[in-house]
Amino acid sequence: MSPPPVAATPAALEWVRRLSARHGPLMFHQSGGCCDGSSPMCYPLGEFRVGPRDVLLGEIEGSPYYIDADQFERWKHTRLTLDVVPGRGAGFSLEAPEGVRFLIRSDLCEIP
Amino acid sequence: MRYAQPNTEGAKVNYQSRYDNFIGGEFVKPARGEYFQNITPVTGRPFCEVARSTHEDVERALDAAHGAKGRWGKTAPAERARILNKIADVMEQNIELLAVSESWDNGKPVRETLAADLPLAIDHFRYFAGCLRAEEGSLAELDEHTVAYHLKEPLGVVAQIIPWNFPLLMAAWKLAPALAAGNCVVLKPAEQTPATILLWAQLVGNLLPPGVLNIVNGFGIEAGKPLAQSSRIAKVAFTGETTTGRLIMQYASDNLIPVTLELGGKSPNIFFADVLDKDDDFRQKALEGFAMFALNQGEVCTCPSRALIDRKIYGAFLDMAVTRTRQTSPGNPLDTDTRLGAQASNDQLEKILSYIDIGKKEGAKLLAGGERVRLGGDLDGGYYVAPTIFEGHNKMRIFQEEIFGPVVSVTGFEGFDQAIEIANDSLYGLGAGVWTRDMHQAFRAGRALEAGRVWTNCYHLYPAHAAFGGYKKSGIGRETHRMMLDHYQQTKNLLVSYDPKPMGFF
Repeated sequence: MSPPPVAATPAALEWVRRLSARHGPLMFHQSGGCCDGSSPMCYPLGEFRVGPRDVLLGEIEGSPYYIDADQFERWKHTRLTLDVVPGRGAGFSLEAPEGVRFLIRSDLCEIP
Repeated sequence: MRYAQPNTEGAKVNYQSRYDNFIGGEFVKPARGEYFQNITPVTGRPFCEVARSTHEDVERALDAAHGAKGRWGKTAPAERARILNKIADVMEQNIELLAVSESWDNGKPVRETLAADLPLAIDHFRYFAGCLRAEEGSLAELDEHTVAYHLKEPLGVVAQIIPWNFPLLMAAWKLAPALAAGNCVVLKPAEQTPATILLWAQLVGNLLPPGVLNIVNGFGIEAGKPLAQSSRIAKVAFTGETTTGRLIMQYASDNLIPVTLELGGKSPNIFFADVLDKDDDFRQKALEGFAMFALNQGEVCTCPSRALIDRKIYGAFLDMAVTRTRQTSPGNPLDTDTRLGAQASNDQLEKILSYIDIGKKEGAKLLAGGERVRLGGDLDGGYYVAPTIFEGHNKMRIFQEEIFGPVVSVTGFEGFDQAIEIANDSLYGLGAGVWTRDMHQAFRAGRALEAGRVWTNCYHLYPAHAAFGGYKKSGIGRETHRMMLDHYQQTKNLLVSYDPKPMGFF
C-alpha cells in the first residue's frame, strides 16, 4: 500500500494540536506562486472556501489538507510532509504569530 | 565601501527600539500594547520592535482614512501631484538612509537598494505625479443636445498589503497610484520587513494631510485579515501567493469590491542559438541575463528561474553561464561590492533548502551551489544561500514552482515551437525573457509567450511607464503604468441633455 500523499513530522503534529486547541478545527491549503508560495496555509476550518477544483490530499490530525487541482497535477508524483521551522511567514496562516512557520518537505512517490 | 551596521558608530541608520503604527498623521501605540521583534536576515538577530496590531488598530486607521477621504479626493490634482513630488524629493535627500535600512531589514545588497529599489521608488512617485497632471476624463457628443461626460473619481479608502521582497518599492508601486488618484490608504507592510516603511513614514508622512496615509503593522492573521475583510474598504491590493490571493478575493467577494493581485510566477528565460553567434557585448549581455536569477537573492516574483537554452548551443552556453554564476557568492549586504545578500527570513531559507532537496530527489543535476553559506563572524547567523543551478526537465517541481531563492532550473529545447511550449507549460504567466539577435524571432516569441511582460534582450528592468502584471494564475491588474490609476478610480458618467424641449414620450 502506498503511503498517504500528505503526512506530518512530530513537531508539526504538535503545533497542529496546539493551534487546534486555541482556534478550534483547522484546515490546510497548499499555496503556490511567489513570496510564501509553495508553503502550506493553516486556517480555522471553513475560513478558506474550498472550490470544486480543490483536491483533498489527506488529513493531518483530522484537519483536511487541500491543493488546487492544476497544482496537484504538477505535484502528484511527490509525497508531502508537513514540517515546521522557526520563522514568521506572511499571509494569514495561523501559526505565524507563534514564531514558527509550516513548511512542506517532499519525497518522490514510488512508481508502482 | 562598507556601510556601518545600523545603531553602531558612523551608521547612516539609527533605529528606535520600538515602532508604532502611523495613523491619522501620527505614530500611535497598538490598542493592545503588544509588539513583535523585527529580525535582520543579515545576522539573524532582532533589531527593533514593531506594533503587533489587531482589528482595533485597523478600525482606528479606517476611521482616520474615512475622515480624510472627502477632502483628499477633492484636493486639486496639481496639489496632490506637488505632494507626491515632494515625497520623492525627501526620499532622494535620504536615499542612503533608506537604502541601508532596506538592506538591513530585508537582507538585500545595498548595491541594489542604492541603484534600483530607491531610485525606482522615488521615480514612481514622480511618474504618478506626472500622470495625474495629464489625466483627463472624456466627453462624447451623443447627439446635437446630449453629452456624456466621463469623470474620474477616487474609490475612497483602499487597503494595500505589501510583500517582503521589495518592501519600500512595492509600497511605492501601490501607494503612488492610489494617492495620485485621490484615495486614502490603509497599508499593512509585511511582518518580516516593516522597518524601512516606518522610517519612510517618519520622513514623508506629514507631507500628506492626516489620515490620507495610514500604516498598520502586524501579522497577516491578526491585522491583514481584518483589513482585507473590512466592509469599509473600497478595494484591496495584494502581492503575495495564490492561496492568500484566493482568500483575499473571497473576502472581497463578500463585500463586492475589486481586487488587484500579483501572485508570482515561474518565469522562463529563453536563449536562442544566435546569442552565441559572435563573441561580443551582446553575448555578455545574454549571459548576464542568465545570471539575473540571483538578483535580489531570487526573491523576485519574476525571477528568471527557468532557463531554456537552444540545444544547438546548450553545452557551450551552459558552461559559460555556470562559470559566470560561480563568480558570485553571498557576502555582507552592507558592502557596496556585494551582489548577493541574505534571504529575507529563516523560513524562506528553509523553504529554499527544501526545494534544493526535492530537486536532487527528482534527479535534477546540481551544476553549482546547492547549499547554505555560513559567512562566519557577525554574519554567521544570517540566511545566505549559494547561487544554485540545476539541470533537469520542465515536469520537475523545481521547474514548476517559484522557489524564491537564487536557484535556476535549466533545460534545453529543439526549435522555436518547443521553446514556447515548454515556456508556457506553467500555471503562471508573470514574466518571461527572450534573447536573440533576430528581432523577427524575438517578436514572434514575445507574442506567443503567455506572460504579462516579456523582457526582450533584457531582464529585470522595472521602469515606471511599462505595465507589469500577470497572465494565468499570476494575478489581476497592471502596475507601474498609468493604467493602474484606473484600478484606483471610479468612472462617473454625467449624461446631460442641453435640449430645453420635452422628449415627448409621456
